[in-house]
Amino acid sequence: MGGLQKKKYESGSATNYISRNKARKKLSLSLADFRRLCILKGIYPHEPKHKKKVNKGSTAPRTFYLLKDIRFLLHEPIVGKFREYKIFVRKLRKAYGKAEWSGVQRMKENKPAYKLDHIIKERYPTFIDAVRDVDDALSMCFLFSTFARTGKCHVQTIQLCRRLGVEWMNYIIASRSLRKVFLSIKGIYYQAEVLGQTITWIIPYQFAHDHPTDVDYRVMATFTELYTTLLGFVNFRLYQTLNLVYPPKLDGQGEFSLKSECEEDYALESESYSEKLAALSASLARTVPSVEDEEAELDHFPAEGLNTKKKKKKKKKKKNKKLFEGLKFFLNREVPRESLAFVIRCFGGEVSWDKSLCIGSTYDETDETITHHIVDRPTIDKQYINRYYIQPQWVYDCVNGKILLPVEEYFLGVTLPPHLSPFVEESEGDYVPPEKLKLLALQKGEKPPEEDEEEEEEEDDEDDEEEDDQSEDEDEAEDEASLAEMEEKRAQGKSLSVKVTPGKVKPENRMRTEQEEKAEEKRLAIMMMKKREKYLYDKIMFGKKRHVREANKLAAKRKAHDDANKPDKKKKKKKC
Amino acid sequence: MIFENRLCKKIIKTNRPRRRLTFDVIDSNPHGRIFSMRPTHTGTMSKLKNKKRNLEENEDEQLPIFDKDGGKDGPHLDDGDEDQGDLSESEESVFSGLEESGSDSDDEEEEEEDEEDGSEEKSSDVEEDKTDRQLSAKEVIKPQTDVQNSKEKKKKKKAAGKEGGEESVVADRDSGLQISSQVDEYEHDTSDEEDIRNTVGNIPMEWYKDYPHIGYDLDGKKLFKPIRNKDELDEFLDKMENPDYWRTVQDKMTGADIRLSDEQVDLVHRLQQGKFGDVNFNEYEPAIDFFSNEVMIHPVTNRPQDKRSFIPSLIEKEKVGKLVHAIKMGWIKPRRPKETTPQYYDLWAKEDPNSILGRHKMHVPAPKMKLPGHEESYNPPPEYLMSEEERLAWEQQDPEDRKLSFLPQKFACLRAVPAYSRFIHERFERCLDLYLCPRQRKMRVNVNPEDLIPKLPKPKDLQPFPTTQSLVYRGHSSLVRSISVSPSGQWLVSGSDDCTVRFWEVSTARCLKTVEVGGAVKGVAWNPNPSICLVAVSYDDTVVLLNPGLGDRLVCTASDQLISSYEEPEEVKDQLVQWAVAEGEGHEQGHRLILKHPKAVRQVTWHGKGDYLACVMPDNGSSLQVVIHQVSKRRTQNPFRKNKGLVQCVSFHPIRPYFFVATQRYVRVYNLIKQELTKKLMANCKWISSMAIHPGGDNVICGSYDCRLAWFDLDLSTKPYKVLRHHKKALRSVAYHRHYPLFASGSDDGSVIVCHGMVYNDLLQNPLIVPVKVLKGHTITHDLGVLDVTFHPTQPWVFSSGSDGTVRLFT
Repeated sequence: MGGLQKKKYESGSATNYISRNKARKKLSLSLADFRRLCILKGIYPHEPKHKKKVNKGSTAPRTFYLLKDIRFLLHEPIVGKFREYKIFVRKLRKAYGKAEWSGVQRMKENKPAYKLDHIIKERYPTFIDAVRDVDDALSMCFLFSTFARTGKCHVQTIQLCRRLGVEWMNYIIASRSLRKVFLSIKGIYYQAEVLGQTITWIIPYQFAHDHPTDVDYRVMATFTELYTTLLGFVNFRLYQTLNLVYPPKLDGQGEFSLKSECEEDYALESESYSEKLAALSASLARTVPSVEDEEAELDHFPAEGLNTKKKKKKKKKKKNKKLFEGLKFFLNREVPRESLAFVIRCFGGEVSWDKSLCIGSTYDETDETITHHIVDRPTIDKQYINRYYIQPQWVYDCVNGKILLPVEEYFLGVTLPPHLSPFVEESEGDYVPPEKLKLLALQKGEKPPEEDEEEEEEEDDEDDEEEDDQSEDEDEAEDEASLAEMEEKRAQGKSLSVKVTPGKVKPENRMRTEQEEKAEEKRLAIMMMKKREKYLYDKIMFGKKRHVREANKLAAKRKAHDDANKPDKKKKKKKC
Repeated sequence: MIFENRLCKKIIKTNRPRRRLTFDVIDSNPHGRIFSMRPTHTGTMSKLKNKKRNLEENEDEQLPIFDKDGGKDGPHLDDGDEDQGDLSESEESVFSGLEESGSDSDDEEEEEEDEEDGSEEKSSDVEEDKTDRQLSAKEVIKPQTDVQNSKEKKKKKKAAGKEGGEESVVADRDSGLQISSQVDEYEHDTSDEEDIRNTVGNIPMEWYKDYPHIGYDLDGKKLFKPIRNKDELDEFLDKMENPDYWRTVQDKMTGADIRLSDEQVDLVHRLQQGKFGDVNFNEYEPAIDFFSNEVMIHPVTNRPQDKRSFIPSLIEKEKVGKLVHAIKMGWIKPRRPKETTPQYYDLWAKEDPNSILGRHKMHVPAPKMKLPGHEESYNPPPEYLMSEEERLAWEQQDPEDRKLSFLPQKFACLRAVPAYSRFIHERFERCLDLYLCPRQRKMRVNVNPEDLIPKLPKPKDLQPFPTTQSLVYRGHSSLVRSISVSPSGQWLVSGSDDCTVRFWEVSTARCLKTVEVGGAVKGVAWNPNPSICLVAVSYDDTVVLLNPGLGDRLVCTASDQLISSYEEPEEVKDQLVQWAVAEGEGHEQGHRLILKHPKAVRQVTWHGKGDYLACVMPDNGSSLQVVIHQVSKRRTQNPFRKNKGLVQCVSFHPIRPYFFVATQRYVRVYNLIKQELTKKLMANCKWISSMAIHPGGDNVICGSYDCRLAWFDLDLSTKPYKVLRHHKKALRSVAYHRHYPLFASGSDDGSVIVCHGMVYNDLLQNPLIVPVKVLKGHTITHDLGVLDVTFHPTQPWVFSSGSDGTVRLFT
């Protein structure tokens, strides 16, 4: 007879997973509540390895959750709150229907509310975990803070998002932890290094949103609910680490300097204060009046015996942090004020703007000590002599390049050099745009050769390296030589190179045969590969080849573009 | 009951003129409060009613006197008085019972109206209860228009409506007062009390039409009609002449003509116009807000406090009870205390890195968003911008297929950058990804592709093997199907589709001899026995044994002798194949024996000793696909009773009496002595094209049309030890070298691949297979490349014949 017959789907993977609908029923929640719960608790579906087994033989497309996850949700206190809320809504509706206004009032006062503190603590057991995951929270908060105060979500949410965003930016300024900025067509990306974690967030450009209809704002609102809680706690802790007062307060002198103007524009004291904070122009109050605590910290390092290289790195980093130290910026009214003020203040610069533009300006346009005036229009009528009039891209490029770039290319009305993404790290074989190469050269401290010459040299580079050095020397020696003379010299250089080459032919051939041999050897070995390995190998090689192809394509495009533009440039130079 | 009440009220109404007088008394009256409860609403007050009635009777006792005093002449005065009374009363009411007035009076009014509508008679009765003068005035109006009358009445009611309530209140108070005056109200409360001069009551007056009198007075004396001798003419004359005619009305009760005074006429007019009867009444008096927010030191009213202010309210009690019950039952919760903890605090004050929940073991943190590249810049380098075609292609792609989700754009300045329309979408999609996407840890193969390539001994170390093409044997005009090398290695024979067989000298590539045969040559095979010089050539259904006459003359003649020395056996058996000796011209060319087969022969192959010759005649389903000829005895036998599948090629085992038959998918190994199947090799390919046996006899290679080369180790298994897929196209032929550990394969891709295939004597060591050289030289014609390969018997050279009509030697 044997034992009991083993039934199908009563053990194994079928019991480890639960479909979404079943999970919902188990929790006795509506789909919307279940969704909210999943969002808040960070529960996501799992893809079983054997879907058919889990689905009990059916192949219908279903979402599966881990049964453990759902069991874990069963103990969540918030589930009870959701149910309470459901009941509350029902009662309220009833009271409205009966026109029991006092009852409505009473019920509204006792509206069930929940807190997400414990969820945050549970999802991010350590502070570092929370900081690591703060990317999305920031992007979302900054997006919500740009929403109009009417319509899509509660005004309180928007205000809270704005407040948290400003707090975050103030922290970044105070800690000087901004690393990279990128002006994309989508918005402005910022990357900061907070407690060793790189955090990237994006802020949209300041425009009214065209709210799409196919977006479920409830989902977004739920996420925002979670994110504001997270960001608030993170901010609190971060402010604590810097001994800053939370909620942020302007420090004494900053407050004093800002007090005088624009007070009457805002109805409430608190409103004007928050606006002043958002202006990002003044430093924050500290709980402990710490003077140069960073310096004290640094003193410890040599004692610990770090090698010089690290020290150098540290020094460099520190220098980067003070990139704009001593510079005084003035923003014209058409530039994105908040972004620029944030970036400049992050690197120690002083920044101000027109008084009528925003609260919190610290000095006037007429200030003689202003070094850079940022303008985003082709010309400006009244110019002061002792300052640079530059376009805003200069600031961002300087930050990404970690050096103060020459301002000539960024003057008013000048065609800007391309703005490169600082997030791209080219590995070997990738296409590197020439601008990046130039920047790297600048960073190394080499003096960049003048633009036109460089281009011409690029052609020569293809021949060989030695000649390049020569021609560069020559070029440096005779910078102002006329074009004709230079061409002559280049011709000389070329003849020289011809003389050198015949000697090289033979070893190359030997090398070539060797290479060929090796290639053939490889080809033959590839024949002997197993089928599976061959497949993998082919895939890898295909990817590599595509990579190379793309890089080549970009390079070719660039070359074509340069070739097309060269005659124009030459003409211009001649005219000059 | 209601009627009673109403009646009593009406009675009270008549008392108006006295009110003023009694006002002061009300103030001082401590009992007034008790009567403030109006009889209309409290049925419980029946007790009081009696008293009240008494009082009112008393009052009414006085009333007629007063009226009488007022005199017949002075209805105007009376009216005026009443008006005044009204006025004063309204003033009073303002000061007194404002609170109660509204609703109560309405009720009363309605009641009254109802009754009046229901029974006009009654109402008129009631009206008659009032003063004579009023009544008479009304009677004047009535005949004019009934509708108007009722309207007026209503209006009057309404006008009085306001007062009504007030009146009643005041009246109540009056009644309070009347207690003090001790008047019996029932004295005149009879119906006949109404008309004093005529006691007939409320009867139609036409009943007295024919009598000289019109009723009886109080003393029972007849009341005579006034002398009416006016006929129609008089009436008319009166109408024309009497200026007061229009204001003269007849009193039905007395039949006397009454001339209305100016005031009365005016009153009638006013009522007709829907105005208040009282001239002096101002309906638009400014309202005085007594109950303002300002606290006054004195009470606004003199009204004593209500009784209900001393009695706990039942309704309130009920309400409170309900609330208490709801609280007890937990339906109403007390207001929640305000949150005292701050919104944000140091959540991680006591952080415990080890407190990781169970589920976090399975938890996969969400991957971060991809960072933007150069192409997303607002001012990208020019090479990242899309060209026109690329842009079009991008637009035509599905949004899911696009490599970039946006079009790179270039803006001259930051000011010109517009809002990104899909920003919210992208955020939303990220949200969806975070909570809807299953997360998986994908193991990314981080393999250096070089590591995947197997480490093989270098070809250099495996020399010798053919590396270069050294000779090309040209001469054939069509594709060369088959080649074979003489056992000495000096000569080469090739059979081609141009119906010739050519003999070449290997070392010089010279064509020594050309033999024409009757069809396209499918196969040639040099007899492996060095002492015999014979070549088997197959074309169509014929196999010809040729003696090329090359090389050692002795050997040639010996082989000729071998053929000619054949003796016919005594009993001639019916053979499958016709054996014929070539004669004449054929003999001159070298033909020795001609074997006519029933079907087309595709392949011929010799046994190692050189006596047996196997021929393949592929024909599916036939039992006659393979025949073995014994040349010395000119005997033919069909080794198989039945063939499974289409035989592709056959081969003899070099040492043992085994016979290999390759069908489409399998290679069967037969033991010729035991006459049984010993092994069946599964080639794992679709269609075997060729086969070669290792000189050791334990290894077989099979080439197939699906580009594979399978190496079988017969000692290991019936499945291939190794399958090589190094050719791009179908393999046509494979060959082993007789001494060197080499094998070659020729394929339709025009290449010959030479591999090192070392077979060790040690049974534990598997053969080593290393491709060592790809030899190219043949051009591809008609999609065919190399058709046959064969090794030189002694040198590490390989010959290949191709569809381009050449034979090539690689050394």
